[in-house]
Amino acid sequence: MDRALRRKLLNQAFVVVCTGAALIALAALALIMFSLFTKGMGGVDVMLFTADTPAPDSPGGLRNAIVGSIMMCSVAMLIAVVIGVLAGTWLAEIGGSSPYGHVVRFLNDVLLSAPSILIGLFVYWWVVVPMGGFSGWAGAIALGILATPIVTRTTEDILNLQPNALREAGMALGASQWVTVKSIIWRAAGAGMLTGGLLGFARISGETAPLLFTALNNQFLSFDMSKPFASLPGAIYPFAMSPYDTWNTLAWAGALLITLAVLGVNILGRWLARDKDHK
Amino acid sequence: MSLQSARQSSFLARFLADPADPIFRSLAFAAATMLLVTLGGLIIALIIGGWPALSKFGLSFLFTNSWNPVTEVYGAAGPIVGTLITALLSLAIALPIAVCVSVFLTQYCPKVIAQPISTAIELLAGIPSIVYGMWGLFVFAPWFAKTVQLPILTNLDPESFWGKLLSGVPNGANIFTASIVLAIMILPYMAAVFRELFRSIPPHVREAAFGLGCTSFEVVGSVLIPYVKKGMIGVVMLGFGRALGETMAVTFIIGNSHRFPDSLFASGSTLASTIANEFNEAQGLHLASLIGLGLVLFLITFIVLAIARTLLSSQRY
Repeated sequence: MDRALRRKLLNQAFVVVCTGAALIALAALALIMFSLFTKGMGGVDVMLFTADTPAPDSPGGLRNAIVGSIMMCSVAMLIAVVIGVLAGTWLAEIGGSSPYGHVVRFLNDVLLSAPSILIGLFVYWWVVVPMGGFSGWAGAIALGILATPIVTRTTEDILNLQPNALREAGMALGASQWVTVKSIIWRAAGAGMLTGGLLGFARISGETAPLLFTALNNQFLSFDMSKPFASLPGAIYPFAMSPYDTWNTLAWAGALLITLAVLGVNILGRWLARDKDHK
Repeated sequence: MSLQSARQSSFLARFLADPADPIFRSLAFAAATMLLVTLGGLIIALIIGGWPALSKFGLSFLFTNSWNPVTEVYGAAGPIVGTLITALLSLAIALPIAVCVSVFLTQYCPKVIAQPISTAIELLAGIPSIVYGMWGLFVFAPWFAKTVQLPILTNLDPESFWGKLLSGVPNGANIFTASIVLAIMILPYMAAVFRELFRSIPPHVREAAFGLGCTSFEVVGSVLIPYVKKGMIGVVMLGFGRALGETMAVTFIIGNSHRFPDSLFASGSTLASTIANEFNEAQGLHLASLIGLGLVLFLITFIVLAIARTLLSSQRY
């Protein structure tokens, strides 16, 4: 066969394979979303938000799990934002170019993608065992540890994007570094830092593995975070694994809720970040 | 960053100028150190917690396959091999497709639909893994059992090589289906980052290759992919790390048996799924063995992630 023809055919085959693979991938992902929405919508009604997790084969909702997830994620984000923003600021403004800074940055990247179940083991050992039992606090700490590296990373990246002229302006006015960072740098980087927080929140709101042996689960509505605590993923997992249809339906409805929340938060974060870029 | 050195002045001078300043710097330093302490604390917890099992079984913990809470003999070979097989298999499935998707999006797809598809893929990368696990359990496994496993089981000679490789209870909960669900899970993530890598290539590199008369296949294969090779290997390692440590997507569908995996269509277990399944019922040596599994998982993923991060150096993904 003529060389030019062979190259041309090979190229066309490649285009077809690439397009086909893209279609297969998109179809698979669309299929998952389709199952999620069709099966999930069946369980969405008023009861879902007003009733607690039921016994098998009786009606109920996910109120306690929704409340639990919101409470634990809020506490977790409080931890993650305080530590993550400070650590990210330290890396970008104070000690990031020192050898110790390089070590911290590297370990933060490792923590960023460490298996979440190991974070669960960590919290079990250092929080659940000493405190003598599963608790909402332990769950919140586990989620906080998962979100912290994300907030640290985005904070550092965003602060590094700020022009040095801002820092020089602060110094020229005789402001201390604290005032420069607080009043100039953080303010200029606000939208980007908020995006980092939202991404962290999106990541932890669907996490199941680290909650299994930190927060455990709770069948009733509870606001006492020193006791075992309900969460959406914590309710979905046993419900999905159970043989009862009513529980399975609730699990799908819960999965749909989490997915919508995660997608919503992600889209909000992107929108904020884009707003910033286009200024 | 160049201004960091310009800030060298004594603690006392800083304190006198603005008392809040040294406090802020110390707090920021403490926060950065917290990350270090967390990782250190994780290693200590895993070693101390797993020590009873590790000291009792020694190296045989890694190389034997028995998981018996009654006789209290534990060996992790089954979960270790299960973890490696599912992770490698899912990577082998997801990697070519992810490369194709990113090439399609950056080279062939009309710009008008490329942007929405890319955004959709990036959003899908953030879907919680429990959703993928539920889809695997309720939708994919029953379909797979009926349309793939049963025909194979009835048509293949069970004594042949393929018959042995593909034998197993036809319920769809096995190592192969778990790998496919894992592959679908890491696919959007890898495709999204590959696309970013391709887009980071300066346009004149591509134009030069086309100018030499390359076909688009040759441009991608001989110019673009080698240009971002290092970053791509890093991303592959990150995807591998995700597949290794993924818990929920796998626990739903792998069948959770402690047999040593001898067939692709047999149920098995991974390190993470074993921990997730048994932790709350475990006590004593059983608990220590599960934490020992955690230590093994940590060591494997730490090595993989360390290589990935070194290759990706300062890029953020």
